[in-house]
Amino acid sequence: MSDVQNILLPEGSIEKKTITLNLGPTHPATHGVFQNILEVDGERIKSSESTVGYIHRAFEKLAERRPLYQITPITDRLNYCSSPINNMGWHMTCEKLLNVKTPKRVDYMRIIIMELARISDHLICNSIVGVDTGAYTGFLYVMQYRELIYEIYEEICGSRLTTNIGRIGGFERNFNATAWKKLEKFLDEYPRVLREFENLFTRNRIFMERTIGCGPISAERALNYGFTGPNLRAAGVDYDVRVHTPYSSYEDFDFTIPVGSTGDCYDRFLVRNQEMWQSLSLIEQAYQKIQDFKGADAEVYHADVPEYYLPEKQKVYTSMEALIWHFKIIMGEIDMPKGEVYHSVEGGNGELGFYLISDGGRTPYRLHFRRPCFIYYQAYEELVKGSMLSDAIVVMSSLNLIAGELDA
Amino acid sequence: MSLTNEQIQTKLIEKFGEQVSNFSEPYGMLTFEAPKELNLKVLQFLYDDETLKFRFLTDLQAVHYPNDKARPNDPVGWGRELAVVYHLHNLVDNVRIRFKVFTDINTPDVFTATQLYATANWMERETYDFFGVNFVGHPNLKRILNVDEMDYFPLRKEYPLEDQTRIDKDDEMFGRGGSIN
Repeated sequence: MSDVQNILLPEGSIEKKTITLNLGPTHPATHGVFQNILEVDGERIKSSESTVGYIHRAFEKLAERRPLYQITPITDRLNYCSSPINNMGWHMTCEKLLNVKTPKRVDYMRIIIMELARISDHLICNSIVGVDTGAYTGFLYVMQYRELIYEIYEEICGSRLTTNIGRIGGFERNFNATAWKKLEKFLDEYPRVLREFENLFTRNRIFMERTIGCGPISAERALNYGFTGPNLRAAGVDYDVRVHTPYSSYEDFDFTIPVGSTGDCYDRFLVRNQEMWQSLSLIEQAYQKIQDFKGADAEVYHADVPEYYLPEKQKVYTSMEALIWHFKIIMGEIDMPKGEVYHSVEGGNGELGFYLISDGGRTPYRLHFRRPCFIYYQAYEELVKGSMLSDAIVVMSSLNLIAGELDA
Repeated sequence: MSLTNEQIQTKLIEKFGEQVSNFSEPYGMLTFEAPKELNLKVLQFLYDDETLKFRFLTDLQAVHYPNDKARPNDPVGWGRELAVVYHLHNLVDNVRIRFKVFTDINTPDVFTATQLYATANWMERETYDFFGVNFVGHPNLKRILNVDEMDYFPLRKEYPLEDQTRIDKDDEMFGRGGSIN
């Protein structure tokens, strides 16, 4: 909290020189429901106080009542712009607890899905930064390619936004021919689109003047605030969970981590942009690697873990073991091993962590989500203090605040 | 030469002796506990020491163990119902550790880590909101995710998932209601 908190002084009193402005939970410029009470002196912001929790859905309490596979739909709703990453992160946490090893092909398929989600999330963030500075065209133009990504998800899991994709040990079905065709179309057409989107903004004088020097943060402050992800990388620290603690076979791939220098909005935009190129390269590499699998290997889409992976329905009707496993999984008669595990993945906004404590029952004893948005939103006051009101809007959108991840 | 769990454990025991205890390595992450009075000293030591360098607080949250009540003969009445768990990360050597402090539920006072890590601010508010852990010295300890008027701490185990005082819905037909929720 700032030292000049004159929100409580009565309006019109002599001492109160500033106006209290409520950048309220429902506001066209805040992307999601969170509130900022700003004290502005003219147009300069003197202090700000953030309120979150408007979309708090008690996920951690819910998770104590649900078996592992029923928690996946609630992880969707954390960062809902890149929900496959949340799902995959959760499945990997469960696999770590249960000691399940996924085959390589599953890992590569997961990488394709996670990088598509990352592209979708960064596209939304970057185009919204454009909208907030007044450039609406970029946002609508790349919408077509976000649609294509959602169509790819739909082919694989049936849903577009909150995907509930994958299972513990792999995927619910192999990617079908339409999914591959759509992916090939995406890989074919998207680079040109990203190039054009880039050209609209990166050397655009108005955009640069709006975003350079806006809301900068130094690397030390960012680390102290617990920043991770593109916001931290824009400040100059090259911490990326995919490289530091590789999961899902990321170590087999060749990609670089873009790093900025000042941590201002322009750097964040550029880092996200460059990350989209890296994600595209990762998808192409994973696609090539999957094409190299031949014969029986090419049909593998899940690990062999009958205690947690539902058997195929045809087998349930004919085979006794499949029937028993099906019953045990659905009726929740399978206990987890006791233990505590922390696993993190590189989400769209940074290190998305899952801390799972199991006491040997059906459901977790405690599940905590380490949500990057929640953690770096604390720094918002420091970022906007002293800048203009319009800068506050641009800083908010360049931080990529997703309300679902703020509140859980 | 990377930092191993044994080295971290040795350094901690060297500095704090008997007070750090219960070392274990679930799934490869070194986990230990210390008395709640020492939490800042341990965090500061882990931050300052040049080989340990745990300068990133990944996560801070609490767990409620209702069965670990205060022992009746303990002069301090020091129970272990609420655990505050810190996950720390050494970004240079890429090592993570988990540090727990236990406190009893009647006096859940734990010193705040906000002086050392600015990130602990909201994490501690969330922990206070859900479990009622009182962080001594926190600049702004009020509820963050729940409504300010809430007078109980929902993630404690004694509270069920749904608010039993609601009269506007009847979920008897869905298998909910009565004592089953």
